[in-house]
Amino acid sequence: MLKNFVSYITYNIINLDSGSRLADAMNFFIYDTIKIFFLLSIIIFAISVIRSYFPPEKTKRILSHKKEFIGNILAALLGIVTPFCSCSAVPLFIGFVEAGVPLGVTFSFLISSPMVNEVAVVLLWGLFGWKVAAIYAGTGLLVAISGGFIIGRLKLERWIEEYVYKIHMGQEQEIIKQDFGDRLQYAKWNTLDILKKVWLFIILAIGIGGFIHGYVPEDFLSHYAGRGNPFAVPVAVLIGVPLYSNAAGVIPIVYALMEKGMSMGTVLAFMMAVTALSLPEMIILRKVLKVELLAVFVGIMTVTIIAVGYLFNAIL
Amino acid sequence: MDIKVLGPGCANCEKMKGLAERAVKELGLEAKIEKISDIQEIMKYTMSTPGLVVNGRLKHSGKPLPTLEKVKQLIREEA
Repeated sequence: MLKNFVSYITYNIINLDSGSRLADAMNFFIYDTIKIFFLLSIIIFAISVIRSYFPPEKTKRILSHKKEFIGNILAALLGIVTPFCSCSAVPLFIGFVEAGVPLGVTFSFLISSPMVNEVAVVLLWGLFGWKVAAIYAGTGLLVAISGGFIIGRLKLERWIEEYVYKIHMGQEQEIIKQDFGDRLQYAKWNTLDILKKVWLFIILAIGIGGFIHGYVPEDFLSHYAGRGNPFAVPVAVLIGVPLYSNAAGVIPIVYALMEKGMSMGTVLAFMMAVTALSLPEMIILRKVLKVELLAVFVGIMTVTIIAVGYLFNAIL
Repeated sequence: MDIKVLGPGCANCEKMKGLAERAVKELGLEAKIEKISDIQEIMKYTMSTPGLVVNGRLKHSGKPLPTLEKVKQLIREEA
């Protein structure tokens, strides 16, 4: 139905000649734009409602004194449904430590939260199909679980700033009571907030898919960064680590790389490196972690993401 | 009336403070609005900033920010 409607717009209202390259590109562009914004709005809204049931205060209680491994798995999963913004990373970190959440478990949460999120998953789903989206989400969780687990095993508590242990809140933080109407209201605002932030990147990504498609040779990158080149994954990840963007911002680049023949594993590893590690977040985390721990964190993440990239390339 | 805006100093926290000031003005209330950026003080109430505390009760925390109307409602509830 949507297809017919879009064709009507392209060929009758904008009045492009059916069959011309421009008309097809335009048709594809309008169709994809509507489809992705529709998906995005529904899913952000739904997940925002779900998130209102998992405030960080509750997550903290669930993870408190959890055993390693089980705790890492739970933390990575809760990272998806707990609302978290890296601007609140310091109070969250201190709160987790104070509640007795193990360090490695806290890291599983901090890794999964920015990387495996609804915007990333919906965009991958809309542009490359559900399989790619599922693989990204699944391996994102895997990276969060194993990264956090390794950090926990290394016993790095001595590299947390001392004052963190001295903060005692003395009182249980309260969870704001919300009725269902409140939840819907906040979910609506959240959806609008996010759409406002990401719409331009998405249009850019779809535009790249629709219009650059025919103009750069399909296998332009596969020659340099295809499956045959064993250095493609580490190079892509090392480029991605210092780059910082949210999932939406990196999508146009991801689309272009994928279109032009870079293999899937390499592209997804690149995307993870960009979303999982960012300089602003490191600067914020530096307030609670010593430089040594930050360095270990970045190192472990880099190695894990590279491993995942190779894994993708081997199985896809 | 005692209103606290909790936040370490991000853009959203400034917006939250602006919203609280406007809400109080439009409601015609007398209120002391204080910005709290000390982490220990913030954590007495919440882990997600920005936060809004009215007469000692946490009324909002985290993103997204409430609208002006919502802030007015939250303040009225404690007035």
